[in-house]
Amino acid sequence: MTKVTSLILRRMRIPLLVLIASYSISILGFVMIPGIDENGQRWHMTFFDSIYFVSYMATTIGFGELPQPFSAAQRMWATVTIYLSVISWLYAIGSLFALLQDPAFKRIVGFTRFTREVKNIREPFYLICGMGDAGHLVIRELAAHHIRSVIIDRDDSKIQSLRLEELPTHVPGLSADVTDTSTLLAGGLQKPECQGVIAMTGIDQINMTIAISSKLLVPQLPVICRAETHDSQANIASFGTDYIVNPYDSFAKRFAMMFQSPSMYLVYEWMTSIHEAPLCEFAAPPRGMWILCGYGRFGKAVQKSLSFKGIQTIIIEADTTRTGAPEGTIEGRGTEAITLHEAGIEQAVGIIAGTDDDANNLSIIMTAVDINENLFTVARQNLSTNDTLFAAAGINITMQPGKLTGQRVVDLITTPLLADFLRMARDQTEDWANILVSRVVGVLTDKPPESWVMTISHQETPAIVELLNRGAGITLGNLLTDPRDITVALPCIAFYIKHSNNNEQLLPDNDLHLQIGDQLLFCGQEEAETHMRWGATNLHALNYIYSGYDLPSGALWRWIDERRSRPAT
Amino acid sequence: MNLEKVVFAFFIVLALTMNFGFFVGEMNDPLHHNVYELYAAIVVNLIATVLKFGDRTHIGAVLLATSLVADLHLIAAAVAWGIGLYVLDMGNDVLGIVVSLSAGALLANITSVVLLVVETMSLRK
Repeated sequence: MTKVTSLILRRMRIPLLVLIASYSISILGFVMIPGIDENGQRWHMTFFDSIYFVSYMATTIGFGELPQPFSAAQRMWATVTIYLSVISWLYAIGSLFALLQDPAFKRIVGFTRFTREVKNIREPFYLICGMGDAGHLVIRELAAHHIRSVIIDRDDSKIQSLRLEELPTHVPGLSADVTDTSTLLAGGLQKPECQGVIAMTGIDQINMTIAISSKLLVPQLPVICRAETHDSQANIASFGTDYIVNPYDSFAKRFAMMFQSPSMYLVYEWMTSIHEAPLCEFAAPPRGMWILCGYGRFGKAVQKSLSFKGIQTIIIEADTTRTGAPEGTIEGRGTEAITLHEAGIEQAVGIIAGTDDDANNLSIIMTAVDINENLFTVARQNLSTNDTLFAAAGINITMQPGKLTGQRVVDLITTPLLADFLRMARDQTEDWANILVSRVVGVLTDKPPESWVMTISHQETPAIVELLNRGAGITLGNLLTDPRDITVALPCIAFYIKHSNNNEQLLPDNDLHLQIGDQLLFCGQEEAETHMRWGATNLHALNYIYSGYDLPSGALWRWIDERRSRPAT
Repeated sequence: MNLEKVVFAFFIVLALTMNFGFFVGEMNDPLHHNVYELYAAIVVNLIATVLKFGDRTHIGAVLLATSLVADLHLIAAAVAWGIGLYVLDMGNDVLGIVVSLSAGALLANITSVVLLVVETMSLRK
């Protein structure tokens, strides 16, 4: 017996007893009370008559006095039993509804359903804890990639809103305390299908608890954890958490990169921007004196990165003692002109509004631009619901911690090769990045580039594996050829290759021979991926690319051959 | 002494005794098998069943099962009696079916009481 039915039965015990008692008393009464027929003879209802009468009387259907008109005594008893039965029915149904509406009962029903849904997942899935902006984005992106996920959040309204959302795959959700290990277990932590745990609540301490529980219970399971301070970051790293995402650090590094190597920044943006993000048009921030409002987690990270690049910043902070602001900090919120003047807004080239209050940030930007309209503006947007406001303010760069975290997590899951590529790319010069950007722009039309990963394996590229097994040498150039016309190259670029022996190479040459187990990262037009995958899976297409000639093996094939050899449009 | 336990045991034993009272006697003799007694047995059995609801232990589940079996038998006996008497016009011949069905319920009720005793004994030790 499940907990839910057992709970219903236990709570319905008294109402059911009341019903049984009222029915049995009524029935017995009608059997025992005599009636008088037309001839003045006494008669008694049989049990059958009595049950029949009480059944329709108690349910207020009321067929009338059957089998024959009642005597006065029977009518008196009928009056009593009407009230008795109606009251007991009301009581029984009332208790049932009260139970169904009971928050505790609803929680148990939700938990039971969630456990069952998770138990029935047969595909690989991720366990996500915390459904803020970041969690929401991860759920949507994973669903778009047809990767299943399970979500746990403390807030019931967020889980309810998930049900209303139209996602391509079903995402089981539970509102419960994530620090309770039994919740994580119900979320399928120990299921073999679980691919990883993502701790993305807004509180570092909770994320840490999740990471510890998961590492203790299933040590080999990858854990991705969000951390906002360096303290907790070090703590979380100490017990082997696989990936730690710090949105403020990520942004600060990216922001600093814009000053030093705009092309590299563009490469980063392209590779990490979420599914179908618009092509990023960005103006490089000017060098000079910057004003930074708010010296919290965000402000500290940005200030550190900027000073590393040799850019001077003037800090404005309301609470200098608590935040530990350095010497020369101007006290104030930055929302009023007087503080901004004090900070030297007239000489500044840019302003960063980095407080944890969206209204203040907007106010800072608007006041600052009023005084000096040439300012380069950067704002931290804490809530995704303020999207329209920040867009209307015409801010140069908007930083959303939740979105940034979500994006990083999605990249880690969907394109794990990306982290390897970015790590290697970081060590390259700006010239290298310039050439890369111009090459990518060369193959693009007006849409932003897409990146994808291809593994040379039996599942993903059966045609390549087949030809390799036959002893043919398939090169990267073959893969980059349009299978519809071998004189045309696909509009994409191979960014990175990782061999099965973990050797890696940036921008591999076209004559590189592919081997089974190679993982490749491509970037280019979205259509290129479709054609490339067709060539890699269709033996005839690949044979055509490889040999330049496709042997027509029948009328049908001849027809397809004719179509295929038409120049690509 | 726990009042809940008293009520619980009372109804389980009463279900058995009522059942037995109806069953005992000559198979086809209407004088030995009173319709009121069958009615009382059904009501008491239903109450005993509801009292067993919601117990999640193994022995609780078996107790509930025996009660459900007894209910099924007794209600089948009552329905058979009604059909035999009013639909098929069998007269007192139907009594054989009714009494044998109640004998099945009697077995289930005996099991129920045995289980109750076993559970009580194991508690004492």
